[in-house]
Amino acid sequence: MVERQSFFSFLPHLILALGILVVAFPVYVAFVASTWDPATISNGTMPLRPGPYFLENYRQTLFEGTARSSRSPVGLMMLNSLVMALTIAIGKIAISIISAFAIVYFRFPFRMTAFWVIFVTLMLPVEVRIYPTYKIVADLGLLDSYMGLTVPLIASATATLLFRQFFMTVPDELVEASKIDGAGPMQFFRDTLLPLSITTVAALFVIQFIYGWNQYLWPLLITTREGMQTIVIGIKKMIVTQDALTEWQIAMATAVLAMLPPVLVVIIMQRLFVKGLVETEK
Amino acid sequence: MEKRVVFDGKILPYALLMPQLLITIIFFYWPAAQAVWQSFLIQDAFGLSTEFVWLENYAVLFANPDYYRSMLTTLVFSTLVTVFSLSLSLLLAVQADKQIKGASGYKTFLMWPYAVAPAIAGVLWLFMFQPSLGLVAQAIRALGFDWNPQLNANHAMALVVMAATWKQISYNFLFFLAGLQSIPKSVIEAAAIDGARPVRRFWTVIFPLLSPTTFFLLVVNIVYVFFDTFGIIDSVTGGGPAQGTTTLVYKVFSDGRLGGDLGGSAAQSVVLMVLVIGLTAIQFRYIERKVQY
Repeated sequence: MVERQSFFSFLPHLILALGILVVAFPVYVAFVASTWDPATISNGTMPLRPGPYFLENYRQTLFEGTARSSRSPVGLMMLNSLVMALTIAIGKIAISIISAFAIVYFRFPFRMTAFWVIFVTLMLPVEVRIYPTYKIVADLGLLDSYMGLTVPLIASATATLLFRQFFMTVPDELVEASKIDGAGPMQFFRDTLLPLSITTVAALFVIQFIYGWNQYLWPLLITTREGMQTIVIGIKKMIVTQDALTEWQIAMATAVLAMLPPVLVVIIMQRLFVKGLVETEK
Repeated sequence: MEKRVVFDGKILPYALLMPQLLITIIFFYWPAAQAVWQSFLIQDAFGLSTEFVWLENYAVLFANPDYYRSMLTTLVFSTLVTVFSLSLSLLLAVQADKQIKGASGYKTFLMWPYAVAPAIAGVLWLFMFQPSLGLVAQAIRALGFDWNPQLNANHAMALVVMAATWKQISYNFLFFLAGLQSIPKSVIEAAAIDGARPVRRFWTVIFPLLSPTTFFLLVVNIVYVFFDTFGIIDSVTGGGPAQGTTTLVYKVFSDGRLGGDLGGSAAQSVVLMVLVIGLTAIQFRYIERKVQY
């Protein structure tokens, strides 16, 4: 950058290329394995190039699942994951944007109490209250349902803080103008605030979709029926402790299918993703 | 910071807050309070009677050598993942920062693992290092090294560390790159005029200026290793072999699944809560400082 280094200038590129290779390698291996037959994989003679079984393996994975272990079609698991990810992402955004609106644009008793009640949940991740939360969901009769899978994960301190922060930057003149025009609070919210928040909403959606799709511990506890399984849980059940029984070609096809939606979201909506990532951490 | 112009409304603001508060209270506060309450109780084997025992559950927990082993495992695991993922991503970010052209291309190719679920990341690495058929495992064994993560706890630990590091590099890379790009070029040029060579410039100028980012990432990475790596451990090792990869969070899960000791499991949860509160407090004190800065 400052001095000319004609000889060593290739070095950074080399390091980066190596980094990209190392990062991509596990995924490439998984893809290759998903295109070979079980015998080639279990012999340990799998070459590093894709095999001829791509269509067959993916067809079996999507519509039939493994032949021996869990046997549920991965297509259904993907549908469950999609429902879960969308409900969590949209739910989090919806309830957080209205709570932030209430906290920023109204004055009422216990306003700051409400803010702190939401804020403190940052310190209570699912992992530290696993079984009591499970028991409540069980008592409410929500096991094995989309409700039980999503609603307990919908509360979001991060999203509420983010919207609060954004609303603070919206000029007061806009509120005054709306008031002069005779608009009520909900009209202001719908016609002025919501359109202004679109980028923030979209950035948050990208992050929360990934969060929802990748959930592991919670669905593991809440779902027992085969028909409710998500793809991230389903793959775990395909890997049998006695290795000889694991159908690796199906498991790896499932891994590729499980990575595809969130990775595509990140690559296609790169700018929103980076914005969301940076903002949710502040 | 408050708004000058606000709306009137007696019931509307409460109605707007209701969904969030209800979910928070039912699914966050109520279970957390129950965990605290249960940690003071002992239930008999049939669940017929409970007795209030003050801190006995905690005393039992902290007298259990398994719990200390799990603490040590967590410490080793989080140190290794944090050190490896931070240093590797800093190395990559520094190289990408040097590129005037192509930096954003590199960014695209390095950031996608963020989107991979921890459990899936675990499965990918499990497959490569599966002792009999894994591609990398075969290479290691061909070199005469008896690699077997299913029997050897150190090998299992190495495997989960690799998977967890791989998954975290993209996140750290993005934040390091953003941090590096916000350092004014004039400072670096001034150091160069003073005769500092690139390596010296990095350690005496760039690295200190990057310290807020590094510290922030340090805390985030520790939280990540503590909680988000559950999926990796469950899919790769299941806490084994011989509990060699059972972290504190994994222990709460596996002890509770076996059932029985409700009070002990609750006490473990409470210890974890205290840990998260501590980590979050550190994170926020640091953010306040950054705001003043």
